[in-house]
Amino acid sequence: MADLTVDVVVIGGGATGAGVARDVAMRGLSVALVDRADLAQGTTARYHGLLHSGGRYVVSDPESARECAEENRIVTRIHANAVEQTGGLFVVTPDDSEEYADGFLAAAASAQVPAEEITVAQALAREPRLNPGIKRAFAVLDGTVDGWAMVRGAAESARAYGAHILPYHEVTAIHRDGDRVVGVTVRDVKAGADKRITCRFVMNAAGPWAGRVAALAGCEDVDVVPGRGIMIAMNHRLVNTVINRCIKPADGDILVPVHTVAIIGTTDVKAADPDKLPIPRAEVQQMLDAGEALVPGFRRARAVHAWAGARPLVKDTRVSASDTRHMSRGMSVLDHASRDGLAGMLTITGGKLTTYRLMAERIVDIMCEQMGEDRPCRTADEPVPAAEGAPTYTVTHRLADREKDRRDDQIICECELMSKSMFLDLLEEDPSATLDDLRRRLRLGMGPCQGGFCSTRAAGLMCAAGARSSVQATDELRGFLKHRWIGLWPILAGGQLRQAALDEWIARGTLDIDHAPGQTDPIEPYPVGTEIDERDRARARAVIGGQEVPA
Amino acid sequence: MSTTAAERGLQNDGQPSESFSVWNHLKKASPRLNNNPNSYEAQQLNRLSLDQCVKCTICETQCPVTRVTEMFAGPKFVGPQAERFRNGESVDHTLDYCSSCGICTLNCPQGVKIAELNSMARAVMKQGHMPLRDRLITQTSLEGRVLTPVAPLANWALQRKPLRVAVEKVIGVHRDAPMPVAQSQSIRGWLRHREGPMARRPGQPDRGPVVFFTGCAGTYFEVETSKKTIEVLEHLGYTVIVPRQGCCGLASQSNGLFDQARSSVVKLAGDLAKGGRHVPVVTSSGSCAGMVKHEAREIMGVEDRTVTDIGARMRETSEFLLALADAGELPTDFERIEMTIPYHAPCQLKGQGMGMPAIRLMELVPGITVVESGENCCGIAGTYGLKKEKYEVAQAVGRPLFDKFKESGAELGACDTETCRWQIRAGTGMDIVHPIHVIHAAYGLSDIHSPQV
Repeated sequence: MADLTVDVVVIGGGATGAGVARDVAMRGLSVALVDRADLAQGTTARYHGLLHSGGRYVVSDPESARECAEENRIVTRIHANAVEQTGGLFVVTPDDSEEYADGFLAAAASAQVPAEEITVAQALAREPRLNPGIKRAFAVLDGTVDGWAMVRGAAESARAYGAHILPYHEVTAIHRDGDRVVGVTVRDVKAGADKRITCRFVMNAAGPWAGRVAALAGCEDVDVVPGRGIMIAMNHRLVNTVINRCIKPADGDILVPVHTVAIIGTTDVKAADPDKLPIPRAEVQQMLDAGEALVPGFRRARAVHAWAGARPLVKDTRVSASDTRHMSRGMSVLDHASRDGLAGMLTITGGKLTTYRLMAERIVDIMCEQMGEDRPCRTADEPVPAAEGAPTYTVTHRLADREKDRRDDQIICECELMSKSMFLDLLEEDPSATLDDLRRRLRLGMGPCQGGFCSTRAAGLMCAAGARSSVQATDELRGFLKHRWIGLWPILAGGQLRQAALDEWIARGTLDIDHAPGQTDPIEPYPVGTEIDERDRARARAVIGGQEVPA
Repeated sequence: MSTTAAERGLQNDGQPSESFSVWNHLKKASPRLNNNPNSYEAQQLNRLSLDQCVKCTICETQCPVTRVTEMFAGPKFVGPQAERFRNGESVDHTLDYCSSCGICTLNCPQGVKIAELNSMARAVMKQGHMPLRDRLITQTSLEGRVLTPVAPLANWALQRKPLRVAVEKVIGVHRDAPMPVAQSQSIRGWLRHREGPMARRPGQPDRGPVVFFTGCAGTYFEVETSKKTIEVLEHLGYTVIVPRQGCCGLASQSNGLFDQARSSVVKLAGDLAKGGRHVPVVTSSGSCAGMVKHEAREIMGVEDRTVTDIGARMRETSEFLLALADAGELPTDFERIEMTIPYHAPCQLKGQGMGMPAIRLMELVPGITVVESGENCCGIAGTYGLKKEKYEVAQAVGRPLFDKFKESGAELGACDTETCRWQIRAGTGMDIVHPIHVIHAAYGLSDIHSPQV
């Protein structure tokens, strides 16, 4: 017996899944969006925050560039609260040849991407930290977008159109009736119960996990290779404009000011398992070196956090050639009807966050065609509820807000200026939210102290608000700090090392967190863990005299 | 603000229009990134230093302003914390309640330039809407030039309540704010009219030249301090050169008028350099010394060789004399003065990292015991405590200091900088002098019991 009956189940709460759910809901079909973890917990949020102007692709892929330019405009409008209009520069560093730059403006013009050459002096006046040796500079309309806020906005919009948004609901089975998909079983991870959802169609938007999901429906050999990329957040905005290196797309070619940090990225290395993504120190160094080319002194600036994300790269010979007309660039669609003889399921992977809405539009068009529904896409027409009447985001917002309320409302996370009521309001809305869930929405613990000061205050509030017992709150605290450490250890040096030492003294020395009640190693609601890179492990083993290095 | 297709230069057919300029669009969208008053150099020194903050909060425990008012969010908050949110724009107006005393920077164990960050942010905040009051009170040498010729009238007027109320209403200088006493003769007038340099000590060989930096207050208001400094130096065998000199720009700097302050300090360094190369520069204006020594560079990014050179040569009078004493070159045949002197080392002096040389110097005089205030700041912080909206804050900051001075029962207190002396005089009713008065008297050049201040 079904716990829920909908037209469409979307598996995967990243940008693609949320975009599809919103699109489906706005076309008037009923939809449930499920994810084994929080919304935008996977690939979507593990990126550098760039809202492409298209400039990056004008030479390599003009069609993609044109799509980005158009979608940038739409996303800025429908997700104003999540987008900062920083502008962008493409700069030719002293190490780069000018060959690529010579063709840049012409390529931009033909791809209809607004771009303009400015003088080096103008670029340096706007961004004083830029390498003063840059040879040329081009201005473009890059922006930045908070992946969590964007996905949350799309999901809330879908909900407003009747969608069921079900994070922490892991698909354990996809049910078929002969050659048709008829429903899924999901496990409510937090409540520990199974639910059956009946549906006419399943959209597999599980990104690098899409192969595993497809296999649940008996569609074998969907070969999704995770392409691992690391990113590093620097402690403050070393630049206020997106800085692109004006070369063919390469590792570490972009520095993005997002919220209070500047993010350098990224790398691209094949990974075996999207749940186990190492952050090798060699790549950290590679990113810092790349940053140095753009901003002198970058190597010695303070890095606060590193993370790895997995791009889903589909290697499948059975992608139908006829599908490409429907596809957004960089996106792959597997039609399981033609591929596996299973009707009612599409797998969609790849693409770019900037073009998430367009991808959703294209694939939902295909879905509607297969379902025999004639319903036009409306997602570009109206802003999501959070962006209704909102100005675009600026980094000064929180400072201005705290200026107004700081005397009446305690500041819990000082680094990211999160107030007590911001935290308690969201906790009241969803008492089951973990500290990490709240972090993704509030930036709790994402600043310089990386939770060293604020996490204990937050855990205390969870307890005081009655959302957790003291033991559970301690578990929350341990889990949160453990997750922060995943992104800390690869970059521990300089300022952040000093901070980490102080944080550790507070947690271990003052609070004796190791002996506080609760589980010393709390159960994870979803797979978490960055494998230590093999070379780093070997190096550490050598340093400590051949002893085994714990994971 | 979401851009329309037209703003982005796209016509109805999606083609970029001829007239659209991406660059102009970006400039319009981020006006804060244009015309930033903070130089590249200052950003490197200060903004980068925020990366050293570990959130320990030591600065907040030491901040004299946070202690007395909620109006100021505290040095950590408005400094390294808020700076991450500023994007070249200052939206947090309470940062103006920072008095720029620099106690936070002094106490930061990690080397964050907290007060300097605040000064930079304030300059951004006030850009384009600088109050008339802040433009006026920063004209320190002009004030001296105007008031000196009419000193008795000026002093009479400054004590007239109705006039002060009017000034408060119109200009915004608090009616009770401490005011200097105008002198009928500036230090330049005195130098012109005196019969000649003070005679050297008997048997004292020539020690060569020193340049004396008078500072605006030392030129027009605290003239006695300047006179006594010159006389002590001459007594010790120095030839004191007092080049014609302007203002250091400190008041402009602390009020966010960086362009004015930059040109003032560069010009001043040029003026003082005319006194001779490699000649020591001595000053009894401790806070002005700080401007030349480190604030010009650290807050405003002034990279000027003459400023650096003069700053490196500059010594506060007590610092200069104590260095002589430590080298065994200061005659210590002082007259005995039985006196306990409460002493306050100004915040802006402490920030120069010279310790408190005045204490040991004064205690070289037999009979003198110096009691250090133990307070971070007297509250005035240059022009801060004059402003009507900050007067009460400044008084509250100074109160523990005033109480200690008054409780000491001493007739005389000492403090190295001018505005602090005005503040403590007003707050205690005591005679407050520069430590050079004590040394001047101990050499028998004047009577400590009738200090002319």
